[in-house]
Amino acid sequence: MQWRNSSSHYGLVSILMHWLVAVAVFGLFALGYWMVGLDYYSGWYKTAPDLHKSIGLLLFAVMLGRVLWRWMSPPPASLPNHGRVTRLASKLGHSALYLGLFVLMIAGYLISTADGRGIAVFGLFEVPATLTSIPDQEDVAGLVHEYLGWALVIFAGIHGLAALKHHFIDRDRTLMRMFGR
Amino acid sequence: MLKKTLVALALGGALMGAGQAMAADYAIDKQGQHAFVNFKISHLGYSWLYGTFKDFDGSFSFDAAKPQDSKVNVTLNTTSVDTNHAERDKHLRSDDFLNVGEHPTATFASTAVKSTGDGTADITGDLTLNGVTKPVVIAAKFIGEGKDPWGGYRAGFEGSTMLKLKDFDIQKDLGPASQEVELIISVEGVRK
Repeated sequence: MQWRNSSSHYGLVSILMHWLVAVAVFGLFALGYWMVGLDYYSGWYKTAPDLHKSIGLLLFAVMLGRVLWRWMSPPPASLPNHGRVTRLASKLGHSALYLGLFVLMIAGYLISTADGRGIAVFGLFEVPATLTSIPDQEDVAGLVHEYLGWALVIFAGIHGLAALKHHFIDRDRTLMRMFGR
Repeated sequence: MLKKTLVALALGGALMGAGQAMAADYAIDKQGQHAFVNFKISHLGYSWLYGTFKDFDGSFSFDAAKPQDSKVNVTLNTTSVDTNHAERDKHLRSDDFLNVGEHPTATFASTAVKSTGDGTADITGDLTLNGVTKPVVIAAKFIGEGKDPWGGYRAGFEGSTMLKLKDFDIQKDLGPASQEVELIISVEGVRK
């Protein structure tokens, strides 16, 4: 398998980033859902949010990399058996996933930095606060983060189901392409 | 006869007016914000955490000669809670604590004032917080009164009371040292 995407196949870089983001998105959702219900005396009460924020910020960097890589090495063309509606739906769906994920991550960042505090990434370096003056920033960003989090995992689930539909019902290469076939 | 009655009425009215003027009405100085509703709660038993409610308003009537006739009313916007930490404030507004979405206002209305000594009094009243109304007693201290340098007349008090979080249906358990919060009200009123 080559690094770059070709006109018919995904390359290693796109495939690795896709699955890394997939694991991170579902993992962060589960971690976020679990951590907000933790008991104050749980050993994870401080650690879990720190992890959630650190992984989330690294995911932001990976997503920037993905967008950059799409531009440097465009994804392969649609499969010939995909009709106009399928192509349009997949384009819109993928755009929504990208956009939703970016807004979700930015909202998360705006919660934690609303009072000017930076976010330490695994205690290694700090991402400073920038926007701090949106009215009720932590609450507004919090609502966006919560609802968009749900929307995104549901939408990502539909994305996965669509891939399975291509594999088992249409019996085309859509899913297998993401494994390098 | 009629004349006498009129005189009596006028006199009575004047006296009543004088009586009302004795217990002066004050508006909490919101404009200049010489008023604070703060709270203090133990963190793990190791330190005190202080917080404040930035947005509230109210009034009181007070007569130093007759403290038992005093009255206090305060309405507070629970969304305005501030502990100098955005994530914590967001958590405090959630249904783990103040549930501000459902209960955006807290109120205190005095029902009885009992003098407990020189310049001190117990103010009993109904506190509504997180949708729960319970009688509380605020131990209040008169700080001072007099003319201000700008043509007004002011009087100020400080008072505090202990609240059990559970009493006001606050769900989050912060541990054995943090079952109670001290509410500290420090207000200056400008005579109306």
